[in-house]
Order: sequence, then structure tokens, then C-alpha cells
Amino acid sequence: MPAIRIDDLTLGYDRHPAVHHLSGEVESGSLTAIVGPNGAGKSTLLKGIAGALSPLDGGITLARGKRLAYLPQSADLDRSFPIHVYDLVAMGLWNAAGIFGRIGFGAKGKVEQAIAAVGLTGFERRPIGTLSGGQMQRALFARLLLQDADIILLDEPFTAIDARTTADLLALVQRWHGEARTVVAVLHDIETVRRAFPQTLLLARESVAWGATDEVLTAANLLRARHMVEAFDSHAAPCERDAA
Amino acid sequence: MLYDIFIGPFAEFDFMRRALVGIVALSVSGAPIGVFLMLRRMSLTGDAMAHAILPGAAIGYLVAGFSLPAMTIGGLVAGFTVALAAGAVARLTVMKEDASLAAFYLISLALGVTIVSLRGSAVDLFHVLFGNVLALDDDVLVLLSSVATLTLLTLAAVYRPLVMECVDPGFLRSVSRSGGIVHLTFLGLVVLNLVAGFHALGTLLAVGLMMLPAAAARFWTADITRLVLLATGFGILSGYGGLVVSYSGGGNLPAGPAVILAAGVLYLLSLLLGTQGGLARRLLPRAHLQR
Repeated sequence: MPAIRIDDLTLGYDRHPAVHHLSGEVESGSLTAIVGPNGAGKSTLLKGIAGALSPLDGGITLARGKRLAYLPQSADLDRSFPIHVYDLVAMGLWNAAGIFGRIGFGAKGKVEQAIAAVGLTGFERRPIGTLSGGQMQRALFARLLLQDADIILLDEPFTAIDARTTADLLALVQRWHGEARTVVAVLHDIETVRRAFPQTLLLARESVAWGATDEVLTAANLLRARHMVEAFDSHAAPCERDAA
Repeated sequence: MLYDIFIGPFAEFDFMRRALVGIVALSVSGAPIGVFLMLRRMSLTGDAMAHAILPGAAIGYLVAGFSLPAMTIGGLVAGFTVALAAGAVARLTVMKEDASLAAFYLISLALGVTIVSLRGSAVDLFHVLFGNVLALDDDVLVLLSSVATLTLLTLAAVYRPLVMECVDPGFLRSVSRSGGIVHLTFLGLVVLNLVAGFHALGTLLAVGLMMLPAAAARFWTADITRLVLLATGFGILSGYGGLVVSYSGGGNLPAGPAVILAAGVLYLLSLLLGTQGGLARRLLPRAHLQR
């Protein structure tokens, strides 16, 4: 049973497709990287899987009863809002607590553990506006930890973050993988992908290659992906496959 | 002597006590609303909504004269209509929500003034625009305290998703569908409080007791809970201060504007002296990186 099944999926904005006729499956418990040139539709695909964007055509099926967590690229997060790191992280308990649920002693321990796991112990009472970019990303990962999701979607989680933070957060991703959670991450750094991600989808609006990372990330495939995005004309006639 | 200024008026005159009770009720419910309006960068939305309720209240006045239920219901209907219409236009057309709200409230304001003028005198118009905090009868006080109770209970119920909607709307969307409902509930509370405030302070000043204490509080704390408490305290303080000043000034100082001016003074003082980004802290020389 795949965690995510994608059937002939077309996603886009204002009828301009950003992801085109994509089909495939993400195995349950797998660790998949999505790579591709700028404008390849990587973030759009993640948005589609997260349910934040409805497909123009085709469909996305999530495995039944699986909980999903999604960390967008630039969260539309108001960092000037007067709230502490602790409270931001505690939002991850929403599924457990809901609107009225009490955040009891057990849950408090969990929040503290999550904050410790991302190395932010001592920052609990700091306003989120005072965090650096890397610390903010650590806090958001702590929130993800608390969400306890079966499927975790990360959109460029390591962009603009120093090497040490990246290493720490990558270790968390590995830990999720070890716990048999399904993780899908959009990434730029090919080296990280080769080192840490067993599965890769190379995307250039359509799938260029999808499978084991070393088979996907060949020089020929990467070149093809770049050409496909450059050749794409957003004013082109409607897709001939649609017309057929 | 001090007794005569600070306590005497309230001990002696029923209308002063009523005014104070009314202002306290308004502050308790309006100030937290103001804090959230400010944090959501919707301060001007409050102002726009205050204008938007005018034609509804005016129609109520046209139908039934100075009738509390008629003007209240009219105001609520007009407020909700404008809020929903502005939201719908923003969603369905290219117009952004602030611009469409501005369009609707301007139409609404002109319509309201026209309707009041059709039947009433300039005095009536003045009353609708600026209220009369010294003439609060039992019915108005019951309305104000009911609104305060309802507001606090509702805020307590939606507090968690409301804060989340402010901080990280994308995250709330990803875990729950409550975002839209919470937003509408909040707008409903804004309208409700403005309609309540309108009986005491009029449409133009009602929003002042909502926004000024909230804005002043922001200069003293960066914690949401303390912000709400401090804003409420500032609201009550402005009410009391405004009434005292207005009374001491004899009949020359209208009470409603005096209350808002008192809130304004608190705001300006906070702006100058506030510990969280106040001007004095910024401008005074101090040792490198010292707090």
C-alpha cells in the first residue's frame, strides 16, 4: 500500500499547468527527495499533496487514516506576533488537543522534549521575532515532531541555513525515516540527496525519472530536466494529450 | 479636595456612575478585540467597520426613533453585510480586501448621514456620530454588559485557533478547517462591540476605545496575555480619566471625546516612554548593547 498515489496529475495556477501529467507512487515508510530546476513545479506538487491546491486534472490519493504534516518553503508566519517559542512549538499538539483540549503535564513534557530534540533548550520563553533563520527552522521542526504525522512533507527545509543546523535537522529526518514515517522533501543540494535520500523524483513539470536515487540522478537525466523546463512555453496551445 | 475631583462626581451623580460602568464594560470586551485587530494588521478595518454600521443604525432610527433594539439590530445587520460583502468581493474579484472594505464603508457612511439628516435634526446626527456617554439608561447598560460577557466567552472559546490564525494561517489550514469560521466569528465580535460602543460613544469614537488602549499596550509588553490585560486596564483608566476631566471642566468638555482623548494621551505617553520600542528608549544614548 503506497502512502501517496499520484494519478495523471495536473496542477497549476490560472489554468497554466505547473505540474503536468504526473503519475507514480510514494511507498509507505520511504524517504524521497524531489529535485529539479527552478520552476519545475516541485513546491506546487508538495502543495497539491498537502491539499492546499486542488488538482486541475487527475488525482492524489493518500493512504487511509494517515496523518499528514506539511512545512511550506516560506511559511506565511507572522514573526512579529508576540508569542514565545514554546507556544509556537506547542501548536504541533493541535491534533491531540484541538480547540479546547487541555495541554496537560504529559503534553508539556512532550513540548519540552521536542524543543530539546532540535537543540533549542533555553529558548522556550524567547519571542519568535528574536530567532535567527536557523533557530526558527529548528522551532518549526520541533512543531513537526509534535504533530506526530505519518506523512511529512518538507519544502526546501535546509535553504539559507548553516551547515550545522542542516546536519541536525537532517538527523531528525533520518530519525523519522527510521520510525517508518513517509518523508518527502523538496531539496536543492544534490549532494545531500545522494547522501541521505534513498528515493528521488526528478521533476521538470513532468517526471524525468523517479526511483532509486543513484539511477535517477545521472548527468543525462539532470541535463534533460533543465532542457525540459527551458523549453516549456507557458503560452503554448493546450496540451495535445488533453485534446486527444 | 482630591475626593471632590476623583470620587465625588461618581458618589454624587447617578449618570457618572452609569457612564463609568458602561466604559468598563466596553473596555473589558473591546480592548482584547482591539489587540487582535492590531496584531492582525486590521486596525483600519475596525475604523471602516465603525463607519459601516452607521446606515443600519440610521435606518433603525428612521423607523423607530431613538429605539435601542431598532438601532442595535440595524447596526448589526449593516456591519455584517459590509464585512461579508467586502470579504466576498475580495475573494471573487481582483480587489483586495482593504480596498473593497474602504469602498463599502465610504458608501455606507454617506448613506448613513443622508438617512439621519432626512428625518432628524443636526442634534440627532451629532448624537449618532458621537454618542452620549452621560445618558446611558438601564437598557444600554444591560446591552453593554451582555456584549462584554458574550465577547469574552467567545474569545475564550476560539482563542487557540485565533492566535494560530494570526501567527501562522498556513499551519492552521494544514491541521484544521476552523480558520475561516474563526475569522468570521472574530469579525462578528468586532461588529458586535462597535454596535455596543456606538450607543455610548457614537460610531466615530467607538473604535477609539478599541484601538488606542491596544496600541498603547504594545509599547509595554510583547506577550499576548499581558497585552490583553494591559489594554483592558488602559481602556478602563482612559474611561475614568476622561470622565473626571470632563466633569471638572464643567459643561464645556463633552465626555465621549474626553474619554478618547484620555486614551490618546495614554497612547502618546506609551509611544514616548514605552519599554518595548518606545521613542525615548530609541533616542536616548546608552552604552553599547545595554538594555
